[in-house]
This record gives sequence, structure tokens and C-alpha cells, in this order.
Amino acid sequence: MDFIQDHLLSLILFSPTIAAMLVFLLPSGRVKLIRWAATLASLVPLGLAVWLWFAYDSSTSGFQFVERAEWYEAIGSSYFLGADGISVSMVLLTTLLTPLSLLISWNISDRVRTFMALFLLLETGMLGVFLSLDLLLFFVFWEVGLIPMYFLINQWGSANREYASFKFLIYTMAGSLGLLLAIQLIGVTAGTFDLLEITTKWTALDQPLQLLGLPISLSTSTVKTIAFWAFVIAFAIKVPIWPFHTWLPDAHTEAPTGGSMILAGVLLKLGAYGFLRLVLPLYPAEAKQFAVVLGLLGTLAIVLGAFASWGQNDFKRLVAYSSVNHMGFVVLGIAAAAFVQDGSQDAVIALNGAVLQMFNHGLSAAGMFLLVGVIYERTQSRDLDSYGGFFPLAPIYGGILTFTAMASLGLPGLNGFVSEFLVVRGSWPILTLFTAISMIGLLITGAYILKAIMKVLHGPLNEKWVDHPLEINRREILAVTPLMALMLWIGVWPGWILRVINDTVLRLFG
Amino acid sequence: MNFPILSVISFIPIGTALILFMLPGDRKNLIRWVALAAAFACFSLSVLAYFSYDQDVGGYQFKEGPYPWVGALGISYHVGVDGMNLPLVLLTGVVIFTGVLISWGVDDRPREFFAFLFILATGVFGVFISLDLFQLFFFYEIAVFPMYLLIAIWGWKVTREYAAMKLTLYLFIGSVIALVGALAMYFTADMQTFDMIALQEAGFSTAFQRFWFPFVFFGFAVLGGIFPVHNWSPDGHVAAPTAVSMFHAGVLMKLGAFAALRVGIMLMPEGAKIWAPLILVLATVNVVYGALIAMVQRDFKYVIGFSSVSHMGLVMLGFATLNLKGLTGAGLQMFSHGVMTALFFAVVGMVYDRAHTREISKLGGFSKVMPLVAVAFIIGGLVSMGMPGFSGFIAEFPIFMGLWQRQPIVAIIAALGIVITASYIIRIIGRVFFGEIPKEFEGHISSINNFDRIALVLLAGILILIGVYPSVMAPLIESGANAVLALFGGA
Repeated sequence: MDFIQDHLLSLILFSPTIAAMLVFLLPSGRVKLIRWAATLASLVPLGLAVWLWFAYDSSTSGFQFVERAEWYEAIGSSYFLGADGISVSMVLLTTLLTPLSLLISWNISDRVRTFMALFLLLETGMLGVFLSLDLLLFFVFWEVGLIPMYFLINQWGSANREYASFKFLIYTMAGSLGLLLAIQLIGVTAGTFDLLEITTKWTALDQPLQLLGLPISLSTSTVKTIAFWAFVIAFAIKVPIWPFHTWLPDAHTEAPTGGSMILAGVLLKLGAYGFLRLVLPLYPAEAKQFAVVLGLLGTLAIVLGAFASWGQNDFKRLVAYSSVNHMGFVVLGIAAAAFVQDGSQDAVIALNGAVLQMFNHGLSAAGMFLLVGVIYERTQSRDLDSYGGFFPLAPIYGGILTFTAMASLGLPGLNGFVSEFLVVRGSWPILTLFTAISMIGLLITGAYILKAIMKVLHGPLNEKWVDHPLEINRREILAVTPLMALMLWIGVWPGWILRVINDTVLRLFG
Repeated sequence: MNFPILSVISFIPIGTALILFMLPGDRKNLIRWVALAAAFACFSLSVLAYFSYDQDVGGYQFKEGPYPWVGALGISYHVGVDGMNLPLVLLTGVVIFTGVLISWGVDDRPREFFAFLFILATGVFGVFISLDLFQLFFFYEIAVFPMYLLIAIWGWKVTREYAAMKLTLYLFIGSVIALVGALAMYFTADMQTFDMIALQEAGFSTAFQRFWFPFVFFGFAVLGGIFPVHNWSPDGHVAAPTAVSMFHAGVLMKLGAFAALRVGIMLMPEGAKIWAPLILVLATVNVVYGALIAMVQRDFKYVIGFSSVSHMGLVMLGFATLNLKGLTGAGLQMFSHGVMTALFFAVVGMVYDRAHTREISKLGGFSKVMPLVAVAFIIGGLVSMGMPGFSGFIAEFPIFMGLWQRQPIVAIIAALGIVITASYIIRIIGRVFFGEIPKEFEGHISSINNFDRIALVLLAGILILIGVYPSVMAPLIESGANAVLALFGGA
């Protein structure tokens, strides 16, 4: 027991890797066995994450379950893990969505073993980002997650997968290039990659940097501003913030259902998490200075994302653009908090909302992609105009879709409402104009959600599907139920998760 | 430890070559097994040496000599390894072992093939462990000569004569230039010795070093593939038979880089300081231009050939930083690139042996018939892109940190190489290993044998091990880099 308690984070982090290796040892022909093994194995990290959730004491400050070991001493980087309230909730989200995505991926029959193993490796990559307290380690996991995702899209995606996966990879890698250079610069300047140490050293840095050979001499603040933008762009691509979002509709649409669930549910959160864990602590001054720009981009993401979503006739693409819309609220909340940085009630509320929105969007986006996948698998079509009147044909599916769509729309009583309300409430006094404009986005959100529901479930019945089995099956219901339960639970009583987030957010401003 | 492990490692190959020549040429399987046994012995001894090096003590270990060789001229037999060259000895052990494994199918005069390959190995080992300047040149030439025969006889029929000639001329001219510089050092120092440890203390004047450093450094750097004299290397790589390409790109290019460091930078540190800016510029061209050229190649093997040019540029960049991080990274990059490129050429060879073409547009879908080969290539590709979790990242990161300390603009420009590399690697993986398999290959592609499998798994395993756990090599190389920097007045 003590061993588990002392190495809880490492166990969470590497149990998926071990599971992936074990899955790979199974005979490739035993498809059923592989599916069962992978799905059951992915419950181990979930169990450990639940343990972490209850063992985590939100009232004490600082990082908990810290583990530190020598890793790459030559350049001053170590294996350094730790968790606070934000990482704990993200870990919970990741470990919850992985088993569900694996369960929904039981319909994959081509190279099942490789698929499942890659998926589990992807989980390690994502968890590593949320748990790293070493800047280099953070970057390692940040990039490591790309590779399995690339192959999941490239090998198991739909028709346009080559283009989509290449775009995804090159976009993200190009974004990471600036991040890599900035991390090197910080590492050289601070002499360490320990995030806690860097935070004090790098923010306090004001003497001229010893950077020889730059063609023009740059002041320290200019260098910091450039490094700030390098970080911001890398994370903005991942979130994605308008106008860096163009990879997302392609990648989400072409990915297999399980991949889309994780992509929207967790991968986008990595970018937002980067803002919270790195950008705000490392660049408080720059974040304050450019908070308005971030806020504007976030607002544009909300409004334009909603309009773009409304304009889609492809069901999956519609849901993909809705992610841009919803993640905009996360950015808006972060920008508002960065703008004041004083621990005032508004800032705290906005940031609470942003973190909770990360969690909530994880649930609802995963749910929506799951449901899109269900209908696509049965009709082999994503065209909204080819559907119509499915409610009587598939009543259970219709009910679930309506429920999930309402959560995504922000209906009071379900989770989306709570977090979007918090963001709006917190940002209103700080960035009033942007918040007001973002209301347009909220309105259009209603429009595109209702458009989707109408085209799929209502309207004249498309006769083509009358004798077609459309109803959701038990396995898929099993996968979507936990998501629905959490949506309702957070919607009715958000206190259990907000308490943990709030305690961390309060400390973020010292 | 009194067992002369370094001499044994370097003379096993040439001894084996002699034994092979005495065997009847038609007993091909016997020849292969003898070769494999000898290669395995080299490999295990180099692993043993690697892990018995005592890092707490540091410095040159397993020293033998100096034993007078040509006493009148001050030439002696003097060997030893420290943190900089020990990993290269290990690298050579790995490459000779895997090279013999994947050459099981060589059917044309295997006796001579393996014998020349082993002579080459002796030369390479000899250079890496030499502490005597003359001895270093001696082994250097031993390494270059069999290369010519191996390419000209067993190479790709279309270009082998041209490539072998081009390679040999380039390298001989380079080594002659370096030799002139070395002789200048010998006569100026006037210590009647070629011992490099003694020459380190010779205290050459700055004016001397400024004039002679480029002779030695660039003379050897030809073999390291530095721009603009990199031209021989892609041609040579492509024309060579698979095992020779592995040796060639995996080890021989390191030989040039290492000799440039050992003889150039370490004996004339002042010269290195003066010439470092030029090296930075040329090596940056290597990195970016090499990657761009690789991107437009149509021949699978040429892509890998030019990628070596690009990656060796990073080694040179690391040298030119003349600081701890950069040199440590350069040392790691030499090892990592050696293993990676050996893996690449092994894969290319396996594909070519089956498809009989290397035209990228004519290949496709090979992951279906050779899944392990595809995985191995993907791992090599990820190393090549500098993906974290693999050795390439571990090696490139300190080089870039060293560059930031020395010349940030170079770091930024050189980083472009990473994106270009990613795009051509992704393209190749997609074209060659995925997609539809062309009709004419269907049913004709035989799977690889177990020797091939062992080689691929070993090479890929090393790349992952270093990526995940860099401490297995980084501290050792760091100690070697510190020893180099100690020559710069404790910088």
C-alpha cells in the first residue's frame, strides 16, 4: 500500500505503457481477447486516478505526491512529477475517457492489437504532460503523444486521413519548434529545468541575457516577449485558438471514433493546461500585457467557431467546430484572469470556470463524437441531409443524443452551463466587451446544436433508413453512460470538483 | 585490469580476416558462422569495456603502452579510451555485429566480403583507441582502403566504380592534408614523439595554430561529411552493399568527426577558437541544406544518404560550440546517429533485396509484408526527427543548448532542419511502408530471416534505451567533454 501511495503518479503514468506492451504480446489473431484485455487494463489507471482523487488533499498548498529521480543530469533535467488540483482533475478526465474510447473502438477489426497498444501509449503521453514538473519532461510527453495519434488517424481514419494526419502532425510540430527553442533558451538561462525553480529564476530575470551574436542587441524584456509568444503559439495551436485551428476540423473528422473522442476530450486540454501550468507562472508580466489579445482571440474562437459549426452539413465536422467554440471559453477565462492577476473574486471565478470548462468539454465532446460515430457506423454517411426522422427509428439513441447535445449547448442543470456561466460571470467585469460579444457565440451554439438535432432526429423521415438497424447497441450505451452521469452530476452539484479546482486556483495567484 | 581488452577488440577482426582467407571459399556457411562468432566477440567485448569503465576515476583507461614501435621517430603503440571514444568503440562493436547479421545473404564470394569488412573494422577500432598520432593515421588508412574494394566489387552495379573512386579520392586527399598538418605539429613541437597526450602539452603558438588548424580539422572533416566536401558520401552510401553502407554511414563518418576532434580541436585548441565561426556556418549549411536535398530525392537510399549529411552537421555544430553542453551533445549524436543510420541502411537493404528497386514512387505497402521492418524504420525515423523519447532528442537537445550559449541565431536556423527532416521522414514512411502494395510485388516479397530480426531489434532497442534513460551514456560522454574542455584552460 505504501508503495502505491509513494509512487502513485508513476504508476498512473506508466500503467498504460505496461498494458500496451502486454497487449502487444497477445497473439494478433485473438481479436476478442485483445479487446477485452486492453479495455480491462485501461481500468487500472482509472482506478489509480480515483485513488489519487480521494487521496489528494486540496487544503494543503503546493504539489502533492511529488516524485523525483535522476533522469538527464548532463543538462539538468530530472524525472519530476507532482499533482495539484488542476492536474488531478485532468488525470481523472484522461483515465476516464481512455477506457470508454477503447470500448467504443471494439468495432475496429483491422490490426486491433496495434490500435489498442497505440491508444494506451497515447494515454501515457497525455498523462505525462499533466503530471510533469520538469520543463523538459513536459516537452517530452507533449511530443510523445503526437506519434500514436498520428498513426491512429493515418491508419484507421476515414477517406481523407493522409492529408488530415499530415496536417495535424506538421501543424503541431511546427508549433512545438518555437516552444522547443524557448525551452532551450530558458534551460540555458536558468541552468535547470525544474519548473518550480525556473518560475522564480526566470520571472525575476531582469539583467541583460548573455546572448552573444544576435545581430541586434535585444533587451531582456524583448527576449522574454518573444519566448512568451513561442509558448503561446505552441499551445494556441493545440487548444486551438482562432486562427490556429484549421488542422482541427480535418483531424477530428478523419480520425476513428475513439481517436476523435480522445482528441477532443483530452488532447485539446493539453494546450489549455500549458497556458495554466507554464504561460501564467513563467510570464506573468507578458501575460498581463497581452491578455487583451488572448481574450480577443478567445472571443473570436467562440463566435467564429459557432458560426462555422452552424454552417456545416457534415455531422462530424459540425461537432469538430463546436470544440473551437467551447474551448474559446477556456481561453477567455484564462485571459481574464491573466489580465488582472490579483486573486480578486472575478479572476478566481473566471479561472475556475476555465478549468471546469476543460473538464466539461472533455465529457461532452467525447460524448458527441461517440454518438456521431454510432450513427456513422450504421449509415456510412456523415451528411446531415441524408439523415432525418431517426427518433422513432432509434428512440434510445435519440434520447441520448438529445441529452448530450443539451449538455453541449449549455442547458442549465447540465455541466456545460455551470462552467460557461462561471467564465462569463468572472470575465464580465474584467473584459466586458469581449464577454458581451461572446454572447453572440452562445446564441449561435444553440442554433447549431438544434440544427444537428433537427436534421438527425426530426424532420421528414428519410425512407432509405426505414428497415435499417439504427439503434445504439449495449456496448455503446455502456460507453456513453458514465459520461452522461457525470454531465448530470456536475450540472446539479458541481461542488465536488469545483472545491478541488478552486483551492488550486486561489493559490495560483499566491 | 591487465587483460589488454582494447587491443583484443581491435585485432580480433583482422585475425578473423586472416582465418577467413585460409578457409575454403566454397564453404559459405562455415565462413558466415566464423564471421558471426568473431563479430559477436567484438560486440560483447566492447559492451564489457563500456560497462567496466570506471567513471569515478575518469581519464584514459584500459591503457596499453606506450610501447615503442618505430622508436627512432618517436612512434609508439599507445591505446586508451575515455568518455569521448569509448561510446564509439561500442558503436563499432554494435555495427560490425549487426552488419554481419544482415549480410547472411551475401552469396558472391562471402569469404572475401567478410574478410575485407573485418579489415575495415580493425582500422576503425584502431583509430578510436589510438593515443598516438602516427598510429591513428596508420589505422585510418587501413579503414579507407578496404572500403574501395567493398564498394567496387560488391556494390550497386550502376554507380559502384564511380562512387568507389570518388570516395577514395576524397578521403585520401583529406587525409593527406591532415597528415601535412600533423607533421607540422610533430616538427614544431620538436619533442621526438607522436604521442598525443604529450603533444597536448606542446604549447603551440597561436599563430601556428591559426595556420595549421584548418589543415587537420577540415582534412579529417571530409570524412565527417562537412559541407562543401560532403559530396562523396551520398554516392558512396548508395553504391555500397548494405553492411558496408551501415559501416560507412554508421561508423566511418564518426571516424572523420572524431579524428577532427581528437587531432584538430584537442591538439590545437586556440586554432579551434579562431576557426569555430567558420565551422558553425558550414555545419549549419550541412544541417539545413542536407535536409532540403534529402527531401527532393527519389531514391530511397539517397534520402538516407543525405539525411546523414544533415545529421553529421549537428555533430560539427556541437564541436564548434566548444562548450560542455555542445560537446556532450556532439558525442551523443555521434553514437545515436551511428546506430540510427545503421538501422536505416539495414532497412533500405532489406527492402531493396526484395523489391529490386529503390525508387520511392514504385514502392508501397511494405508494412503489410514486413511489419517488423516497418516498425524499425519508423523508430529510426522518429530518432531522426529528434522526437523526444528517442536518442536523437537526447543528443540534439544539448547541442542546441550549447548553441544558445554560443550563437543563438545558429540554433534558430538549424532548428529548421528538424521540421524539414520530419516532413521527408513522414513522406517516406507513408510512401514506402503504407498505402497499397504495388501489383508486381504481391506474393513475391519474402519475409526477413531471424538474423535480420535480431539486428533490427538490437539497433532499435539501443535507440529507445538511450532516449528513455539517457544516463546510460550522457554522464560518460560529459566526462569526456570535460576532458576536452580542460585543454581550453579549464573553460
